[in-house]
Amino acid sequence: MSISTYKIPIGPIHPSLAEPMTFNFEISGEKIQSVDLAPGDNHRGIEFMGRNRNIVQIIYLAERICGICSASHPFAFCRAVENAAGIEVPPRAEYIRVIIAELERIHSHILWAGIAAEELGFNSVLYLSWKVREEVLDLLEILTGNRINYGMYMIGGVRRDISEEHMPRIMKTLQYYKDAYQTLEDVFLKDPSIALRTKNVGIMTYEDALHLTSVGPTARASGVKKDVRQDQPYSAYADMDIKAITPDIYSGEVNGDVYDRIIVRILEVFQSVQIIEYCLDNLPEGEILSEPKIVKLLGTLKKAKGEGVGRHEAPRGEVIHYIKLNESENPEVWKARAPTYNNLMSWLPMLQRQEIADIPIVIASIDPCIGCMDRVTLVDSNTSKKQVLTREELMKLSIAKTRRILK
Amino acid sequence: MKLDKYLDRSLWVFHLNTGSCNGCDIEIVALLTPRYDVERFGIKLVGSPKHADVLLVTGPVNRKMLPRLKLVYEQTPDPKAVIVVGTCGSSGGVFYDSYNIVGPVDKHIPVDVYVPGCPIRPEAIINGVLKAWLKLERLRGFSGVEIEKKIEEVNA
Repeated sequence: MSISTYKIPIGPIHPSLAEPMTFNFEISGEKIQSVDLAPGDNHRGIEFMGRNRNIVQIIYLAERICGICSASHPFAFCRAVENAAGIEVPPRAEYIRVIIAELERIHSHILWAGIAAEELGFNSVLYLSWKVREEVLDLLEILTGNRINYGMYMIGGVRRDISEEHMPRIMKTLQYYKDAYQTLEDVFLKDPSIALRTKNVGIMTYEDALHLTSVGPTARASGVKKDVRQDQPYSAYADMDIKAITPDIYSGEVNGDVYDRIIVRILEVFQSVQIIEYCLDNLPEGEILSEPKIVKLLGTLKKAKGEGVGRHEAPRGEVIHYIKLNESENPEVWKARAPTYNNLMSWLPMLQRQEIADIPIVIASIDPCIGCMDRVTLVDSNTSKKQVLTREELMKLSIAKTRRILK
Repeated sequence: MKLDKYLDRSLWVFHLNTGSCNGCDIEIVALLTPRYDVERFGIKLVGSPKHADVLLVTGPVNRKMLPRLKLVYEQTPDPKAVIVVGTCGSSGGVFYDSYNIVGPVDKHIPVDVYVPGCPIRPEAIINGVLKAWLKLERLRGFSGVEIEKKIEEVNA
């Protein structure tokens, strides 16, 4: 099976699945026998570019690793640099960082829920979830000045303060999401047709999740109690008692299927609401930046020498940034590892022995940050005949299966 | 505003990601959802360039996506308009000095409308599609004066 079987990226309809990514499936009839991945279409050489820029410039580059995780990457990057250069962050800044990171988690998980519904053929649910999501984007715009790519994080703190005037608006949003819980639960967790399409589909066992080092909601849905906020508390998370959310909290059992991944994400939205409430109640007074003068800050970083690691629990799992400073303007090494990189391999056990019509929802269930099933090659193992399916055709198969079940 | 009187041929849009960070791409989907809801103007995202009137290109064009960008452009039937969405597609943006970036987009295919911003707001994309519609009207044989008259009528 050669990579040359795909030529045109057809059908990037949906953003989180919009980026190009090739899957080679070996099928026998309707069942998938094996899967192979060929990523690399979205390579931009970000780490290379970072080595030619100064630390403050890299923050904005890190933000643009991914537009959906645009708080997670700068958060981890700033923590790595602070770790390497020994910079203390004021407590108020730590709390504001956590508030922004959790607001991002809310928007990312609801975005994902909409995509999952679309993959199953429920377009009205996609519209409902994205309508619910706009509320948090409005709040982020008020707090940071932008809907996406917030530009909020800075070495040694944050760039904008949360003032008293913002409080009523934030409270309104939190109340909105508390009210929305019932809707989301009814639509995603109690709906019989979603349950039929997602229960016992794309199963990843506890052992597989450990072997493949899955992270984030993908691992937690398989029962692995893994969460950086719980295991190695950092920033303002250290003041709270955060527990990793596994599906047994809701349903009493862990199956590791797509349904469990929905449960974990829906519950995490409301965990985030509680974290933000705690942060607002206990927001300390004081500075928001340890060094407000950027020129002076760059001077300090220029003299710094050492290695630093920053970890953060992004919406999709653990993100790690590593930096090595060597008394120069530019970092000697910068390495970013995004959670989807760990989770890619989780597709292999999930997709095995599944039906072709289940591919879209299983692929979407890990919430891939890169990757699109824009073109899929099917090889019938009995006849070795190759057949190329576009995303549109796959979507049709997926929707047809839902209709069949509903009849 | 009676826009639909003149949009007798509604614009269908194909979205192509050439290595973007997802920021612009989620805003394009936000366009379709209830807050902005461009489908009320007949603007629709389609799954194949062969059905599209307008090509929405995001991302700074990396080496692996370049042949596909050209192919998708050739597959879009004439008359067509190309809109580049986002700063990185218009000029390279933050990715200007990478070894794997061969953009910006207008180096490889003709571009009609640029929508700068990192990322763009959904309203800006609507405005971009409107500009593209003007170009298509011009290609359909309407003169500049006629189009201006139309816009005045629409605004009135």
